[in-house]
Amino acid sequence: MAANLSDSMRPQRSFQGLILALQRYWAEYGCVILQPYDMEVGAGTFHPATTLRALGPRHWNAAFVQPSRRPKDGRYGENPNRLQHYYQFQVILKPSPADIQDLYLESLYAIGIDPAIHDLRFVEDDWESPTLGAWGLGWECWCDGMEVSQFTYFQQVAGFECAPVAGEITYGLERLAMYVQGVDRVFDLNFNGRDGDRKVTYGDVFLQAEQEYSRHNFEFSDVEMLFEQFRMAEAACRKYLADGWANDEKSRHRMSLPAYDQCIKASHVFNLLDARGVISVTERQSYILRVRELAKACGEAWLRTDGGGAA
Amino acid sequence: MPDLLFELFSEEIPARMQSRAADDLKKLVTDRLIEAGLVYEGAKAFVTPRRLALVVQGIPARQPDLKEEKKGPRVGAPDGAIQGFLKAAGLASIAQAKVEKDSKKGDFYVALIERPGRAAIDVLADLLPIVIRTFPWPKSMRWGSGRLTWVRPLHGIVATFGPETEDPDIVPMSVDGIKAGDSTHGHRFLAPQSFRVRHFDDYVKQLEKAKVVLDAERRRELILTDAKNLAFAQGYELVEDKALLEEVAGLVEWPVALMGSFDQAFLAIPPEVIRTTIRNNQKCFVLRDAASARLVNRFILVANTEAADGGKVIIAGNERVIRARLSDAKFFYESDLKTPLEQRLPKFKEIVFHEKLGTQWDRIERIERLAAELAPLVNADVDKAKRAARLAKADLVTEVVGEFPDLQGLMGKYYAEAQGEDEAIAHACEDHYKPRGPDDLVPADPVSIAVGLADKIDTLVGFWVIDEKPTGSKDPYALRRAALGIVRIVLDNAIRLRLLPILAAHRQNQLRGLGDVSLDGASLATSLLAFLADRLKVQLREQGARHDLVDAVFALEGQDDLLLVVRRVEALGKFLDSEDGKNLLAGTKRAANIIRIEEKKDGVTYSGDPDPQLYRQAEEWELARTIDVAKSEANAAIEREEFAVAMSAIAKLRPHVDAFFDKVTVNVDEPPLRANRLKLLNLIREATRAVADFSKIEG
Repeated sequence: MAANLSDSMRPQRSFQGLILALQRYWAEYGCVILQPYDMEVGAGTFHPATTLRALGPRHWNAAFVQPSRRPKDGRYGENPNRLQHYYQFQVILKPSPADIQDLYLESLYAIGIDPAIHDLRFVEDDWESPTLGAWGLGWECWCDGMEVSQFTYFQQVAGFECAPVAGEITYGLERLAMYVQGVDRVFDLNFNGRDGDRKVTYGDVFLQAEQEYSRHNFEFSDVEMLFEQFRMAEAACRKYLADGWANDEKSRHRMSLPAYDQCIKASHVFNLLDARGVISVTERQSYILRVRELAKACGEAWLRTDGGGAA
Repeated sequence: MPDLLFELFSEEIPARMQSRAADDLKKLVTDRLIEAGLVYEGAKAFVTPRRLALVVQGIPARQPDLKEEKKGPRVGAPDGAIQGFLKAAGLASIAQAKVEKDSKKGDFYVALIERPGRAAIDVLADLLPIVIRTFPWPKSMRWGSGRLTWVRPLHGIVATFGPETEDPDIVPMSVDGIKAGDSTHGHRFLAPQSFRVRHFDDYVKQLEKAKVVLDAERRRELILTDAKNLAFAQGYELVEDKALLEEVAGLVEWPVALMGSFDQAFLAIPPEVIRTTIRNNQKCFVLRDAASARLVNRFILVANTEAADGGKVIIAGNERVIRARLSDAKFFYESDLKTPLEQRLPKFKEIVFHEKLGTQWDRIERIERLAAELAPLVNADVDKAKRAARLAKADLVTEVVGEFPDLQGLMGKYYAEAQGEDEAIAHACEDHYKPRGPDDLVPADPVSIAVGLADKIDTLVGFWVIDEKPTGSKDPYALRRAALGIVRIVLDNAIRLRLLPILAAHRQNQLRGLGDVSLDGASLATSLLAFLADRLKVQLREQGARHDLVDAVFALEGQDDLLLVVRRVEALGKFLDSEDGKNLLAGTKRAANIIRIEEKKDGVTYSGDPDPQLYRQAEEWELARTIDVAKSEANAAIEREEFAVAMSAIAKLRPHVDAFFDKVTVNVDEPPLRANRLKLLNLIREATRAVADFSKIEG
């Protein structure tokens, strides 16, 4: 596949080429290629296409890029590897197909990683999200000693057993790109595959953002406002959940998605507060539990909708 | 005789679970074979990341025929009994039963039950699926739309059965749609095609051809040998790491050791940092110079493939990652060195230790003050102990420890040394955490001891004050470890320390106003001492001492000098091994039982001195007199901490207690006499309390 591309589209030369190659690969498999969720999230897993669609009996295959915000990881653009905002490529296959590992490996070949000269390994790593009440078993996928993807078979989400089980593959796009392009510093990545003065680097696109957001996340974010936002999101989530039941028997829900939006909003606000250093060790547990309660309730509501397989 | 070849082919099994899984597979299958009467000759289990395999050799082709005699009712028994017997024995009519003669009890029926043995392959077809379904993986999952659980998705089963000289049969079994067959796959990348297998020998050979080393032991040997050779060829030595070797052998089916290098400049970082980075994050081995034992700028990685380019790209990739990590580590280390440890302390004002216990700064201040108090008690220089306490936690806010939390303490030592602190202070930064585990040593330097004890005491008293004690299943603040640490430090260093006043004072002075304000120092200290006593019991039990003896000593008041407690327990143990001790224990218990019964009957407590006017028999006089003597001798000996002597003093009671029970009736009709004798019995008990609370001793 890579051989037919113009030079500037090859993953080895172009960050966007890498993204497009992955999208194309999974599109050809039959996944629905979604666009990123339009809210701040910490990972592709929070996209309703992952968390909610993982619940219930319906089959679902989707793939998408998800910009992920991890306020605590900001390094003011000075660390060559760490960013408070980066792109994940998220694939969700439900039910997980028998050849899912092979599909994943083929996707690596599609972006130019030749199994004949690379050492690809599946190293135990089980995933858990305390805020989503979710967990699964799987691996970190290593390429020559570097973790490039997370591979998880979801067992439980929002406190509910997953049946069928969804397989989730999350690629760290910047990391993969650095490897495939052979650069040591993320800001040196060639973004658009061009040369000379037509070349746009990752730094051209994101360095300023890294600096500004690090400053904001660690030093200036409005703490009062954030605490209030958390409370508001939590209250709104509960309100939509309560107001969304179609009947007294609670057999059908009609606002699971707007409610879930509030849940992930609360989660992101918590991340901002955490990065700001205003949440103590004991309080952290309490906040996580609060978000988890919301997530569980949203999961429950979703299961009473069409998408969640309700009758 | 036929062999069983059994393989479970799946996705990558976590390295840490592999060895146990092989043992479990062997046990589960062979146990069931034995239960079914199939006695085999030998069995061995194997595991790689992608397969769990078992060979069982010399299984008989059939179960033995079962001949059983079932005894029935006597001849002429009621019909109901006969029918019941026929049903249980599986007979159609009583005519099928034998009659056995018994002249004494009368003739009775006996059924001869013959069950022909089943074919072993059918037995296997039944038991293997059960083994799979009930396999004890520590963590298990479902996948796709299936319902089977396994450690990771299971893709194939090989189950062949037959003698080596013939083509085997496939065991007719299937699990959740996976049917047992006779083909498996080779190495995921080097030889992924499937191939058929017959018996164990050709299975192993074909796997090897397909780039799979089945035996984990052999993989470990290959890796170790190759790694050592690579090192040696460059004049270096491998820094061996058994745990890493085992883990790495569980990550590959075809191990290929390769050597990479990193920039010399990184050797300026402390070697533990280099090793921790390379080992934990990359699962690689480090190397050292044979002569100087210093680390060199090389590492060994173990790949799971034979690369077409000899491994160049793989090495380069690993080098890239290691360079990035060491770069970070070096940057952090050098950045850390720029700030003296004491300048970091203000940061602790912003870090909460616990919501109800204030900040880390508060805690460091408490530890500093307590260390200063303890210093003279443990022969430490007070100023050094104070400074050490002040600096010991400073490394927690350094970059290196932020990245590598495991290196806390060690980095403190490095930074202290780098800024020219006294050696004892630098070492205390690291050693005050000890002992970190059961195999770890306790600190031996007085400054480390002072800070270590202060740290642990502050932790325990603090959490006791806010009532966050550990439960049976949860101990999130590692309080048991802290308590055990105190016990071991005190005992191993033979330190004389009265803990009750220290614990009480810490609560009253340093933690005043915190937590439950109604909980005063004395009550807290008593409660905490009991907790320490529990740890002491566990510790002593591991060394073979009896825990009830520890209870017996702690039941006395104010036993807060752990070293003395241990000495008392030892003396008590020796005493109770002797004839005198055994008998005195028995006599004391007898006395206690009698008193208990009579006190319950009468609703009165029999305490206080008996009236000598009411003695009637010589044995009463003798006993009373001996009690006086024994008690004062024992107490005097205890004052001098001569516990063995105290035991001997108490031993004198024995013949007189025995004589008293022999000759004197306690429960006589005259109430005053009786009451007096009961009081005398109570005195026996009280006398023994000079050395221990005998009521807590078992036996």
